[in-house]
Amino acid sequence: MSPDFIIAAIITVVGLSTPILLAGLGELVVEKSGVLNLGVEGMMLVGAISGFAVTVYTFNPWFGVLGAAAGGALASLIFAVLVLQLNSNQVATGLALTIFGTGISSLMGLSFTGRIVVPFLSVFPDALAKHEYLQLIFGYSPIVYFALIMVPLTTWFLKSTRAGLILRAVGENDLSAHSIGYSVIKVRYAAIAFGGAMAGIGGCYFSMVITPMWAEKMTAGRGWIALALVVFAGWRTGRLFAGAYFFGILMALELYAKASGFSFLPSQFWAAMPYAMTVIALSFISSRGTAGANAPACLGKPFLPST
Amino acid sequence: MRIKLEKRREPSVAMVVTTPIASVLLTMLIGIVVFDLLGIDGFKAVVDIFLSPLLVSYKWQDVAVKAAPLIIIGLGLSMGNRAQVWNIGAEGQYVIGALCSAGVGIAFGQTGGFFVVLLMIAAGVAGGGLWAVVPAWLRTKFSVNEILSSLMLTYISFQVLGYLVGGPWKDPNGRNFPATSPLADSQTLPVWPDSTVHLGVLIALILPFVFWVIMARSEFGYQVRVVGSSTTAARHGGFDSKRTIWATMIIGGAMAGLAGAFEFVGVLHKMDLGFPSGYGFTAIIVAFLGRLNPFGCLIAGIVLAVTYVGGQMAQTSVHIPNSTAGIFQAMMLFFILASDILVRYRIRLIASSKAAGV
Repeated sequence: MSPDFIIAAIITVVGLSTPILLAGLGELVVEKSGVLNLGVEGMMLVGAISGFAVTVYTFNPWFGVLGAAAGGALASLIFAVLVLQLNSNQVATGLALTIFGTGISSLMGLSFTGRIVVPFLSVFPDALAKHEYLQLIFGYSPIVYFALIMVPLTTWFLKSTRAGLILRAVGENDLSAHSIGYSVIKVRYAAIAFGGAMAGIGGCYFSMVITPMWAEKMTAGRGWIALALVVFAGWRTGRLFAGAYFFGILMALELYAKASGFSFLPSQFWAAMPYAMTVIALSFISSRGTAGANAPACLGKPFLPST
Repeated sequence: MRIKLEKRREPSVAMVVTTPIASVLLTMLIGIVVFDLLGIDGFKAVVDIFLSPLLVSYKWQDVAVKAAPLIIIGLGLSMGNRAQVWNIGAEGQYVIGALCSAGVGIAFGQTGGFFVVLLMIAAGVAGGGLWAVVPAWLRTKFSVNEILSSLMLTYISFQVLGYLVGGPWKDPNGRNFPATSPLADSQTLPVWPDSTVHLGVLIALILPFVFWVIMARSEFGYQVRVVGSSTTAARHGGFDSKRTIWATMIIGGAMAGLAGAFEFVGVLHKMDLGFPSGYGFTAIIVAFLGRLNPFGCLIAGIVLAVTYVGGQMAQTSVHIPNSTAGIFQAMMLFFILASDILVRYRIRLIASSKAAGV
């Protein structure tokens, strides 16, 4: 294996891992607050089209990313109103959000089909970004660095800040948090909106960096992988990061298998691998009971204060 | 004035019946407003999507054929949801069911007849059920969340489909297009004369009665409801919640497999990459819009089939994309979920509590 090949492989893995890392981090915070939002796939799609549309209109990918975050957060607020204000079933509402996001994104994307934008690639000078070896450090889209920075930031927020402590308290025991005066609903609104924004940014990585164009259902189930990733990681940011890159490697294998035609196994086998590995990994983790132990105690349950 | 929610002792029957109807009407109303804002004739779009398929008689058969799989899958899913079992991989079970059915068809070559067709359908039921065994086993053995495992299996099923129709089962006379050879006429389901309405539609009309009897009159149905309401209550009642998970999961998968087999043997007659059409996902909406009641599923299945057919009609008449029907379907689900609170709670307006010195 030549060094060129290894460098190309690493860059591919980073690209594939970034969207699920972003969406996974967002969902981790949502779940830490005690809410299960299964609408990640829908929010990613809304983010993908919002980011793309804003970039087309403003010619500025930075605004595009902001638009994607806003789009994802707006979509998540539909979910938030239903589950927080009306105590609707979180599983079904999340599913509805995914169906809605799929539909609304393809309606929004109608006038953008077939258009392309300048891909949102590295902002470093070519001497660094295109350098044979240095591109391993400087050759990525700003979204990649953002995702990487968000890993320690989220860890720090959850572990070391007062707000993070309150958020975890709300997820572990909403009634106690409520009784000592914290607004469970407000905390969960904030967490859900953050999750939506992160999923949105993860989604726009597809439409602004990878392809860079809009296609219906372009996130291809990655939102669901991000959801599995949170369980896989046992609700820990460090493991989530490792898991995202592990899945990135699996997905890169599929691309490699298709491109090189090393076909002692059909390409569909490699395409199914990330999903199969998710199931297998979930089985290992769930069977050890650690997943259950780390899960926020109020996850998925409605908040019903007596007063 | 302040709004206060008061928990009802019993769920309100009136609300259970009226809220789904209100959800559909509200969706239509909002649809008109939103489409007008988007510069599309909203009234025409909504009439086309929700009413035209019912008003033009030649569209009735399309509605019936589309409603059949939605009803059949919705029935299975609603039983699982009653037991708090969340199988959202019905789409995969639907695909695997149809593939098993196709496998039997291919094995028999040109031989057809009653028993071969029956065997094909049985294979579909078995295939869908077996595909659902995986999440059931993982849930009961390793406590793996069945939402994620059944969904991951759906993506795997698409790859299985792609492999089979593009490889071993590819039609040799098909110009290298990834699809199986069309079924011989003797291997297809009987249809109503001069229509596309196949025998599966009739079965979709009968099954709600069967499910109603099971849910309302059998001990198994009682067990499902008890396990769904609370696992501790179930344990006190001597019910094994694991067995309920197994049973409802497999029934859900078997129903999805049956729907897949009907779609293959009764409608499409060949398998290709376009086979997964989202019925398995839409059936989740059917189950909720039907309030997890078998007859509710029957009506909800027809309503959603209307939006499918109407969505296609609106595509040509007002030039809106096919995905629009999906938005309406999701909106119906949002409203029905939002209105759940009215079933369980009574809304009271009470005078401001400031006067009471609080």
